Amino acid sequence: MPDQSSSKLPIEHYVAPLEETKLEAIDSVKTEGKPSNLWIDAWADLRRRPMFWISSALILIIVFIALFPGLFTNEPPNANCLLANSNGAPVAGHPLGFTRQGCDVWSRIVHGAGTSLSVGIIVTILVFTLGVIFGAFAGYYGGWTDGILSRVGDIFFSIPYILAAVVIMTVLANYRSVWVISLAIGIFAWPATARVLRSEILRVKNSDFVTAATAIGVSRFKILWAHVVPNSIAPVIVIATISLAGAIVAEATLSFLGVGLPTNIMSWGNDIAQAQTTLRTAPQVLIYPSIALSLTVFSFIMLGEVVRDALDPKARAQR
Amino acid sequence: MSTPLLQVKDLEVAFRTQNGVVQAVRGVSFTLDRGSSLAIVGESGSGKSTTAHAIINLLPGTGHISGGQILLDGEDLAKASQNEMEHIRGRKIGFVPQDPMSNLNPVWSIGFQVEEAIRANGIATGRKEVKARAIQVLKEAGLQDADRRLKQYPHQFSGGMRQRVLIGMGLAANPQLLIADEPTSALDVTVQRVILDHLESLTRELGTTLLFITHDLGLAAERAEQLLVMYKGQVVEAGPSREILQNPQHPYTQRLVAAAPSLASRRIQATGSIAAAESAIAADAATAAGEAIDLIATAEARAEALEAAAAQPPAIVVENLTKVFKIRGSGDFKAVDDVSFQIRRGTTTALVGESGSGKSTVAKMLLKLEEATSGKIVVGGKDLASTSGKELFALRSRMQPVFQDPYGSLNPLRNIGNTIAEPLQTHKVGTKASRRERVFELLDQVSLPRTLLGRYPNELSGGQRQRIAIARALALKPEIVILDEAVSALDVLVQAQILRLLAELQAELNLTYLFITHDLAVVRVIADNVCVMQKGRIVEAATTDEVFGSPKEQYTRDLLAAIPGANIELGA
Repeated sequence: MPDQSSSKLPIEHYVAPLEETKLEAIDSVKTEGKPSNLWIDAWADLRRRPMFWISSALILIIVFIALFPGLFTNEPPNANCLLANSNGAPVAGHPLGFTRQGCDVWSRIVHGAGTSLSVGIIVTILVFTLGVIFGAFAGYYGGWTDGILSRVGDIFFSIPYILAAVVIMTVLANYRSVWVISLAIGIFAWPATARVLRSEILRVKNSDFVTAATAIGVSRFKILWAHVVPNSIAPVIVIATISLAGAIVAEATLSFLGVGLPTNIMSWGNDIAQAQTTLRTAPQVLIYPSIALSLTVFSFIMLGEVVRDALDPKARAQR
Repeated sequence: MSTPLLQVKDLEVAFRTQNGVVQAVRGVSFTLDRGSSLAIVGESGSGKSTTAHAIINLLPGTGHISGGQILLDGEDLAKASQNEMEHIRGRKIGFVPQDPMSNLNPVWSIGFQVEEAIRANGIATGRKEVKARAIQVLKEAGLQDADRRLKQYPHQFSGGMRQRVLIGMGLAANPQLLIADEPTSALDVTVQRVILDHLESLTRELGTTLLFITHDLGLAAERAEQLLVMYKGQVVEAGPSREILQNPQHPYTQRLVAAAPSLASRRIQATGSIAAAESAIAADAATAAGEAIDLIATAEARAEALEAAAAQPPAIVVENLTKVFKIRGSGDFKAVDDVSFQIRRGTTTALVGESGSGKSTVAKMLLKLEEATSGKIVVGGKDLASTSGKELFALRSRMQPVFQDPYGSLNPLRNIGNTIAEPLQTHKVGTKASRRERVFELLDQVSLPRTLLGRYPNELSGGQRQRIAIARALALKPEIVILDEAVSALDVLVQAQILRLLAELQAELNLTYLFITHDLAVVRVIADNVCVMQKGRIVEAATTDEVFGSPKEQYTRDLLAAIPGANIELGA
């Protein structure tokens, strides 16, 4: 053997001392620690993030205000409006001043929260339901089912939902309500969700655990809902959280354009629309509802972002 | 005496993770002389690839060298800067990566990628010279029609040809050292053999020093002069390969040698002694479990069982089975062509073939996951073609599969208890309490603790997941289990464990196995009968002893010869 180097390992047969290289049982089972799967891990990850707690706290406060506006203001939003107070500055009992009509700004914001949240939640439920049904069936069954469902989705996708909502709200001018505006937004907003779910389903449906379930005798329909959808739904939940914010913005946009909710329903969008005329003389009338709107939207987008990071194990590993 | 080409001294590599720093390589030292060859052998997680990547400074993510020296010609690579390393990579150290499928960029032509490597290493300048060198490099790597194929894209190349391209790129600059990280583990055995032969003759011609990384002890011993066995980031044994194989000293190496199917089967053939058969499988202590797969004893017991079984109708009869896939543009493709075989109850038949031989398609048709184009499948006296609805549902409980990929075959969001209980729930067997009892019983049968019930698949190793998959397959007390590459993705020691478990279960429950695999070496320790498939046809069918002892077909002989390490004499 030619080796004369200083290496401690000669070419001759070297055997590590056993005490330095202890053998473990082959394939020993680790049973310490808590059970973990994608959702358990994601929750553990979320709990460590301040952004999650901040956004959740903001959302909870907004929900609480929306549910119990009476606890936050004694002023009714539409009554007691005195034109003498028109665009008035804040006074005791009216912390944010008055609108052009002399109504209390804080009271209008408090009472508008419910409207914005309702629209957001109804639209999200609608988008989620339609998106999951269309996406799941199209991706899982494929063939002509996919052909038909995906083409329907494409047709809806090709029309910008805000434009479609403007048209619908104009046609239904006499029936404007929270429900109608939510339908008008939701009915054209679902294809994006369906597409994301469809591609996830395409990825998951060829997994061996699906084949194994088939071989056990589980019906196709049951496999879809018991095995395929639960493994595909994570990105859809992220989209749903963010689309809730989008729906709130859409309602405000429509109301601002004058095709949204009627003026007798409190809505931040309406308030912002009415405030444009007095922007220079009384900016508070515009600024405060805008802040409420931004804060709500920001909370949901922030929540969506942290949930997305928590659900993506790769993003988790990189931090 | 000149200095050795490569000296690795007390190398330490660490990864930063969320749970602190993990030491992947702990104090590895070795020396590599010019023109010699060394193979680092180990299971997944042993740190063998990390060691190789540390040498060329290609550690992934948060990995970094935390101690020791890597001296290439006396220059310490551990302290080299990015720029210096870029100069060394390719020019002084060539690298052949593991997966030929993902290591070539699919949007650039082969020629472009080889030329890029040549230009990056400054071997040739000027369009013509670079192109000429690219053709030369590819020809050296064994692509005879290289000039014609330069403009083609990776998808037009087979796996073996892509690996040749990667080898060509690795050797393009005539490096002194070539590191080959599992260069052929994604390829069929016959292709593997050709590629390795070529790599060997090429490096000998060029005088290149070769560093192999592999999980396959047989391959390592066959292709390298020296072996370095790694376990949990440490070197447990090192030395001349033959000697280590014939006379392993460290208990871990002994385990590894005993469990390697390619070597084990050879041992049994060579000595025929019961002791050898035992050590072939039994890695830890000759328990009752070890005896269960004592091949000679089993064979005798099996012979009696076979005679008894001969009178009964066979469990599976396949006659003239054919499957034609319609391929857009290029007409029909016969995946399975006129295949016939029978499996008697309580026996194991192995269906062996390389990728694309149609063996998995046969399994899918048997499980009725795929419809046969023509031919007959009779399971337990029932023709599969005519069964549907309730009959098929009932038949499913008598025949269950176990798949190759332990990471894909369990729903990651279902806990172990629910996964194993799913067949029972689906077939409405028993009450909730009795199902729970049955799940416990199954966990015992596959030697897993009952505490796993509420845990999820991602917490388990590959071997443990495969046990869960076996438990799920056995839940309905089937007569037939179809094992589709069920042990192919596992490390050798775990593989030996699972094979032993399968043999035990067969003896205990009188199971019939259809064992589908590409690995002839494994067949030897598990199967009674073997059907060798090639391009959709069964080219040879006989008992295991006949196929291994006196193969009739050239193809079978090629397959047998290609088992790495099969021709190494182990003086037992």
